[in-house]
Amino acid sequence: MQPHIIMSFESSCDETSVAIIEDGEKILSNVVATQINSHKRFGGVVPEVASRHHIEQITICVEDAMKQADVSYDDIDAIAVTYGPGLVGALLIGVTAAKTIAWAHNIPLIPVNHISGHILASRFVTKINYPALALVVSGGHTELVLMKEEGDFKIIGETRDDAAGEAYDKVGRVLGINYPAGPKVDAMAAEGKDTFNFPRAMEKEDNFDFSFSGLKSAFLNTTHHADQIHEELDKNDLAASFQSAVVDVLVDKTTRALQEYPVSQLILAGGVAANKGLRSALEEKIDKIDTTELIKVPNKLCGDNAAMIGAAGYVMAKKNVFAGVDLNADPSLEFDLLEDEE
Amino acid sequence: MKVLSLDTSNRQLTVAILDDGQILATETTTVHQKHAEYLLPIIDELMTKVDLTPSDLQRVVVADGPGSYTGIRIATATAKTLAYTLGIELVGVSSLQTLALNIKQEGSLVMPIFDARNNNVFSGLYEIKNGVPENVLEDCHTDFDKWLDRIDIKDKTVYAVGTDAPHFEDALKNKFGDKVIFSDSFDNLPQAARLGLYGQTLSPVEYIHTFVPRYLRLTKAEADWKQNHPGEEVTSYVEKVN
Ligand SMILES: Nc1ncnc2c1ncn2[C@@H]1O[C@H](COP(=O)(O)OP(=O)(O)OP(=O)(O)O)[C@@H](O)[C@H]1O
Ligand SMILES: [Mg+2]
Repeated sequence: MQPHIIMSFESSCDETSVAIIEDGEKILSNVVATQINSHKRFGGVVPEVASRHHIEQITICVEDAMKQADVSYDDIDAIAVTYGPGLVGALLIGVTAAKTIAWAHNIPLIPVNHISGHILASRFVTKINYPALALVVSGGHTELVLMKEEGDFKIIGETRDDAAGEAYDKVGRVLGINYPAGPKVDAMAAEGKDTFNFPRAMEKEDNFDFSFSGLKSAFLNTTHHADQIHEELDKNDLAASFQSAVVDVLVDKTTRALQEYPVSQLILAGGVAANKGLRSALEEKIDKIDTTELIKVPNKLCGDNAAMIGAAGYVMAKKNVFAGVDLNADPSLEFDLLEDEE
Repeated sequence: MKVLSLDTSNRQLTVAILDDGQILATETTTVHQKHAEYLLPIIDELMTKVDLTPSDLQRVVVADGPGSYTGIRIATATAKTLAYTLGIELVGVSSLQTLALNIKQEGSLVMPIFDARNNNVFSGLYEIKNGVPENVLEDCHTDFDKWLDRIDIKDKTVYAVGTDAPHFEDALKNKFGDKVIFSDSFDNLPQAARLGLYGQTLSPVEYIHTFVPRYLRLTKAEADWKQNHPGEEVTSYVEKVN
């Protein structure tokens, strides 16, 4: 079945979002209700608080999305929903609402992996040519994903500890920046210089995995030591040094992955894909590779949103992936590793 | 009036379909707490068996808490979304009152109890008047001893109901002697059919969008935050972006 109009749901973390998507590539509406101001009070996302906000917002988002897209239930050919990974209580609100609407109006239901959504947000930019590679950098994930064909996702490398976004948020806290710290650290980095020379983890190792906990510790040690001897460090320089260490490792591993898996498109996706330093460094590198073009998901679609879930749902429907009303949330859902296949 | 009623507040899952006073179908499970997975398939199966489709429904009645946070959210999210998407009426009933509906003895008191661990409970006090439990002491989350201190049953009988009620048998017998009656294993279960019958007599909620579970408890993070920020009250934490 090839759904023309898809209604999609996203509620895996701290955004409640409902979108209406045409032919998997055109956004008719994309309503995003963010809870960031609530979780800022606690310095990070509190799962139970997130679940409570989702149930407050969910039907309002449905109504707004349908109004803005000017569609009725008769127009909707399929409903796509994020069922993992994410916070279980948060996921359950989107899953429950999507299933209920699908059941009430007898509309097919498509289960979507949140990370495939981040990657396929690129469909709103251009047509994807397979095989393609994606660098996914978000609050909970840092991974290189190989797509040999449409709808097939295999991990070729991933973080062994913290995700890049998580590292930004933790380092940001030390710099006195409220959650989520990524955008502010990015802005500060642009004003500073890489003077601290933090370690580039696993850069020399022959795999495509990442690690950011060593960098985080080095950062914390540096600031802690300065505190103890009452030395004032330049915060912009700290941010710039942290950011270049992150960017260097990401760019280096990605370039090496491209050597082993030459593809015509590299997709940069996830919340941290909005990072200016990462974008320009990757751009510069990919510019030199004639055979590969860099596809950057637009800033507006980097963070969590339902439009990207609609795009991924369209692809899954092509592959005939549908779910029944017994669909459950799967908080630890993940792609298979490529090496397990080979 | 065709009514769907549901309660997944605790371990039990109970669903019923009614047509006015007639119970068309009902099902209750008590073993697996897999409400997210089982709820809609059970609703779908019962609807099919009584030859109804979703568009035949006119009202949804839901036990909206207190109870397990995830449990009350599953039933409430299902009921809220269903009422919204079908454009039908929505009624919320306390999950404690839902249990109290099992008791019919006119003039007696009912104390439904959900164990909330560490001697805490969700409970309320009801009195049966004209066959229905009327609220006497509001539903609350409380230490059980403090809760008992607040209760004076005069010479009335009090029914302790719920599968958790026996956890508090000693304290209850100490306080009320032979005036406390424990229910059998049937009356200790929430019954969606009773919930549906009762829910038909109530007026529906005015704004479906703002309907949320009655948690009766702030999250720990929010409680701590409030304590550290007295007087600070922000009305909206959620904003639309895009
Ligand atoms: N310009 C930026 N530079 C660096 N990090 C950023 C930037 N903008 C956002 N971030 C980070 O992106 C993260 C949020 O991204 P996203 O919403 O995709 O993550 P998530 O949904 O929480 O996690 P996941 O998608 O892995 O489940 C936060 O950690 C935030 O700090
Ligand atoms: Mg995300």
